[in-house]
Amino acid sequence: MSTYGFWFIVFSLILVTSALAVITFRNIIYAAFCLLLTFFSVAALYVFMRADFLAVTQVIVYVGGILILLLFGVMLTNKITSFFKIKTDVVNVGWGSLAAGGMLFLIAFIVRTISFGNLPWVKNAEKTNNVLKDTDSTVHSIGVQLMTTNLLPLEIMSILLTVALLGAAYIARREPVKGRKTLSK
Amino acid sequence: MLISALLTEIPVYYYVVISGILFAFGLFAVITRRNAVVALMGIELMLNAANINLVAFSQYDKALLSGQMTAIFVIALAAAEAAIGLAIVLNVYDRFRTVNLDEIDTMKE
Repeated sequence: MSTYGFWFIVFSLILVTSALAVITFRNIIYAAFCLLLTFFSVAALYVFMRADFLAVTQVIVYVGGILILLLFGVMLTNKITSFFKIKTDVVNVGWGSLAAGGMLFLIAFIVRTISFGNLPWVKNAEKTNNVLKDTDSTVHSIGVQLMTTNLLPLEIMSILLTVALLGAAYIARREPVKGRKTLSK
Repeated sequence: MLISALLTEIPVYYYVVISGILFAFGLFAVITRRNAVVALMGIELMLNAANINLVAFSQYDKALLSGQMTAIFVIALAAAEAAIGLAIVLNVYDRFRTVNLDEIDTMKE
């Protein structure tokens, strides 16, 4: 087996195992740290898919941003007596397994039915040499795309992020002192 | 067959299978966890599963990279969603002193 395939299998296994750990650990802190491993392995899979820019973005945004935010959320919404004793309860296991299993079955059925390597547009891409190679860098192409074809989504996204920043700061702030007083009485 | 397929090139359906598993796990987490923060973690898992699919098929679109562009916007949206979601969760905790999703049922009464 090539080292390429070997590392792919290793990272896939880490990804699936850590995702399984996220949904089985009842301790929220453990789940959050397993989520860290999941995000890192997704970034590794991006490298296997020749998406270098996205792999770095994944590490910066998910690991450096969203995960820290989630950990802050855990800490701020629990009465912390011992940091490693923050548990979540489990409900609706039957319905949850049914929905997840049904979804998995559906996707397995689709994968068995469609042969992705023989899709017309995939064949066409292989014929016209439109496939990403290991030596290709996507950074230049992504920059050009952002400023041409995807300019409008980029601008909308910048407005959305500003709105989200202001909105999150407004929603999360404490009530004015007046409201506090009536609440404590 | 599984190993020999990996010798040169990783077939795209491997990625579809992995993202399917990840999506099912995320769905399970959203449905079964009582804590709102863990439900948000499940949503992040599902968004990551969708991103893996987009990027996997984007390998066959070198000129436009539409899949990767969409994945970038999905990541930005996920960041905004996490920020707003956690702000709402903090506000809910401030008001009800709990983040258990089935206990916050004031609007049902």
